Amino acid sequence: MSHHDHHDEERGVSRRKVLECMTWAGTGVLWTISGGVPRSLGLVDAAKAAEKAAEPAGMTFLQISDSHVGFDKPANPNALGTLEEAIGKINAMPKKPSFMIHTGDISHLSKASEFDDADRIISQAKLDVHYVPGEHDFLDEELKFYKERYGKGTMGAGWYSFDAGGVHFVGLVNVVNLKAGGLGNLGTEQLEWLEGDLKGRSKSTPVVVFAHIPLWTVYPEWGWGTEDSAKALDYLKGFGSVTVLNGHIHQVMQKVEGNVTFHTARSTAFPQPAPGTAPSPGPMKVDASKLRSVLGIASVNFKMGDQPLAIIDTPLQG
Amino acid sequence: MTLTALRSLGASLAVAAALLLQPGAPAHAETITVSIDNFTFTPTELKVKVGDTVTWTNHDDIPHAIVSAGKFRSKTMDTDDSFSFTFAAAGDYKYFCSLHPHMTGMIKVE
Repeated sequence: MSHHDHHDEERGVSRRKVLECMTWAGTGVLWTISGGVPRSLGLVDAAKAAEKAAEPAGMTFLQISDSHVGFDKPANPNALGTLEEAIGKINAMPKKPSFMIHTGDISHLSKASEFDDADRIISQAKLDVHYVPGEHDFLDEELKFYKERYGKGTMGAGWYSFDAGGVHFVGLVNVVNLKAGGLGNLGTEQLEWLEGDLKGRSKSTPVVVFAHIPLWTVYPEWGWGTEDSAKALDYLKGFGSVTVLNGHIHQVMQKVEGNVTFHTARSTAFPQPAPGTAPSPGPMKVDASKLRSVLGIASVNFKMGDQPLAIIDTPLQG
Repeated sequence: MTLTALRSLGASLAVAAALLLQPGAPAHAETITVSIDNFTFTPTELKVKVGDTVTWTNHDDIPHAIVSAGKFRSKTMDTDDSFSFTFAAAGDYKYFCSLHPHMTGMIKVE
């Protein structure tokens, strides 16, 4: 379930001991938000990250994405099982993260049973989860399941913001009212809301924006981008640290532009090909022994100070 | 076959044809297939006649859904699911996948 009312004071204890989190390997991206320009640390940098993390810790949160519960095709006959493995990894962390964000495609076909299964597994992490929807979460006839289950207290199709650990978090929806020939779409109403939400905020406040489809143009030929994201990024200009977290493309990709770091997380269900390396996007079958090396989650740590945000993407295995 | 039998068969066929043919409808309404493979409609552009039916079948391991604004809309098609629409009026019907809007196609009905 979503809770959009984090308070720093509740998180005091959790914002410690990054060391354990950063050395923890096996499940995803580790994010460290440290007030400066965010950057990603690959696995090879994990040791360095651990060294950095020996300093006073900040807040850690996790990103999981693209669970596609209900998916059972050859690329992964048991997407629920790999989600469960990811949650198992989270539960094995020596220090619990403060909360989790889920960047959409919780279900594969928006069936009530798929959402039920997802909730049953994800709730085992015993963390607050802040969701944004993917296009696979709006496939029920009445388009009501997502809103009923995850959209309480949100605006429009499910956008909202909250503050945690000194960071302003904004969850956006770019998977509705898609136009023929186009990419992801935020729409005027949401953009106006975003402008208002950011207006008057101190530019020194670190901002984390999360949405399903990448908010930068990864590969338009495959629809991997958001039509009107430039406008959203305009409103974020001037903020010292902006981190944009997305899913949808089922692989880790990162771009840094000025003070904005864009980052996509792995899926817990199935991989997709790198842009242009296959005739189309879609579930990519890899050798069964390799599957867990291309699935994973992300962990993010925020620490006030002058150090850059560190991101570690860690696969389920390998 | 006797002449009477042939006449009888001819009459039956005429009746059958009259039942099948609504005024203005073409002589042979066909069903034409558009396949969805690798996030692409094949053929991307299709010419059909008024009264023809087009059936889309999804061969991808990911669901697709077809929308032609104000004209027709499929349910979500999972792998191997199909959707059919019979075109009763001439015109150009642009359509796209509501999940993956970069997928577009066109049915030209004459």
